[in-house]
Amino acid sequence: MSTAVIHYIDQPHPVTGVTNSKLGVWLFIASEVMLFGALFSSYIVLRIGDPAWPHGWTILNVPLATLNTMILITSSVTMVMSWASLMMNRFDRFRLYMILTILLGLGFMVVKGFEYAHKFEHGHFPRTDNFYGIYFTLTGLHGLHVLGGILVNFYFLVTGKSLWTKSPKMFAGRIEAAGLYWHFVDLVWIFLFPSIYLL
Amino acid sequence: MEHGATAEDIKKHVRTYVAIFVALACLTVVTVGVSYLHLTMPIAVTIALLIATIKASLVAAYFMHLISETKLIYYILVVTFLCFVGMIVIIFFTDQGMMHVP
Repeated sequence: MSTAVIHYIDQPHPVTGVTNSKLGVWLFIASEVMLFGALFSSYIVLRIGDPAWPHGWTILNVPLATLNTMILITSSVTMVMSWASLMMNRFDRFRLYMILTILLGLGFMVVKGFEYAHKFEHGHFPRTDNFYGIYFTLTGLHGLHVLGGILVNFYFLVTGKSLWTKSPKMFAGRIEAAGLYWHFVDLVWIFLFPSIYLL
Repeated sequence: MEHGATAEDIKKHVRTYVAIFVALACLTVVTVGVSYLHLTMPIAVTIALLIATIKASLVAAYFMHLISETKLIYYILVVTFLCFVGMIVIIFFTDQGMMHVP
């Protein structure tokens, strides 16, 4: 049985001008835009169809969501700094920033956990009404994406040393690709936060 | 973006990343502050989405390096954006959308 090898993951493909891994992640992000876009359009349909739709700030915890916004923005900076550290040949700094990114991601999930627990305690579930249906679906799907990002980042933190020693360029490319995904998750939250909580 | 970038280039980028972080934090405070004014729905939606678009553009341009990306990535994103806009706009051609939007 032959071993499949993916070419052009440490240098740009001569035709596309980018590495195959970066192209792959951008195509994945494009599909994610459509996934979240479909849910956003469902939200708009339900909201404009219901004149009695409540304002998010009357029901949801805005300060807690603001804290989560700050956490996610900070994690985006630490993520890009982990990649920048590799580009400056500072693997020690990469580890530090990657640990911070993971901790901030976990912090986001803990805050979200408190928010959900509070809703459940008061008997608010996705089945309660359309508002909670949309709230739990959009924030829940986003939360799963954060969790996925944490797992990928944790994998690179654990295996980083050997991958970096084997091929620094390829590893930096992988971290850039993981970063693209993480920033996209931040980007989705940037629209989710005002749409669900502030309007 | 990473190919051909020197350590010196990256050091300059780091300063930009910090500036973007400050801008994102300030815009978050502004968007939350505006929400406490309880403006009418059309104005509130416009301001909230405008600020969100500025924040998203900063993240995409600098953290995702779109400002210096290859044309192929731009083409992919243009197609994605058009499909996304189509999916949002089509709502307003449904009975549901026609009913409540002038």
